[in-house]
Amino acid sequence: MIAFATSIKYMFAGYTVILTVLAFYIVSLFFRWRNLKRDLHTLHEIQKKSL
Amino acid sequence: MKPQPIFLKVLNVVSVLLFLATLSMVFLYAPLEATMNYVQKIFYLHIANAWVGMLGFIAAAAAGVIYLIKHDQKWDNIELAAVEISLVFFLIAIISGSIWARPSWGAYWTWEPRLTTAAILEMVYIAYLLLRQGIDDPDRRARFSAVYTIVGSISVPITFMSIRLFRTIHPVVIGTNSASSQGSFDMTSKMLATMFFALFTFSVIFVTLFWHRIRLGQLAQQVEQLKLEELQ
Repeated sequence: MIAFATSIKYMFAGYTVILTVLAFYIVSLFFRWRNLKRDLHTLHEIQKKSL
Repeated sequence: MKPQPIFLKVLNVVSVLLFLATLSMVFLYAPLEATMNYVQKIFYLHIANAWVGMLGFIAAAAAGVIYLIKHDQKWDNIELAAVEISLVFFLIAIISGSIWARPSWGAYWTWEPRLTTAAILEMVYIAYLLLRQGIDDPDRRARFSAVYTIVGSISVPITFMSIRLFRTIHPVVIGTNSASSQGSFDMTSKMLATMFFALFTFSVIFVTLFWHRIRLGQLAQQVEQLKLEELQ
């Protein structure tokens, strides 16, 4: 049987990793989206100026 | 780029609510396992992440097949989205499994069939992302990626079946355990209900993130197209 303290320590570590990786990916999606939107806006501005 | 569809907005909210409900079930509804205590609670999310990881790799192969038939870049974008999200989920499954293994097996990692095939599977798709970056021509890149995901998907059933085909210490959740398996346990009906609920939740989260990632790919294609027009 795994000791209570050991068990809870590893459970906490496991959930921390799961939530951190998932959160990191969602944040990365958000920032990539925001940067692309900014690029798109800049490109549209350049197009307008060149017309 | 079109604004977020209403159904995607609903999915965002549903995903968060389902995730919170899953955590509640894991900690408040599912009973404490007698031998492993709290560390067994990693299992619910570990198995759900592995499930959606494998699902996405198969989805990528299906998108690859459709690309080879239709030659539409849309399917290359879908394939890339599926691979990227699956890599994240499968990485979570590998790391959470290692953390569970430490108190259960006495080691974070051992080169037994399931862990080895899972590591190979993850590396096969990391290589996919790296190799894609080395090809500039979009059509050649998409054709290469489609063939790669179809061939790479062979490693999914191998990984899934490895604990059933080989002598392994990794427990089999559904089915008969190998005599050498360590850390297996009998699931009560409440544990089973929690596990299936977690599987459902992560399937919904997968669909939500998949949709977001596809939209991101579409936006990237749009930006790329405008850049090319500016250069000409």
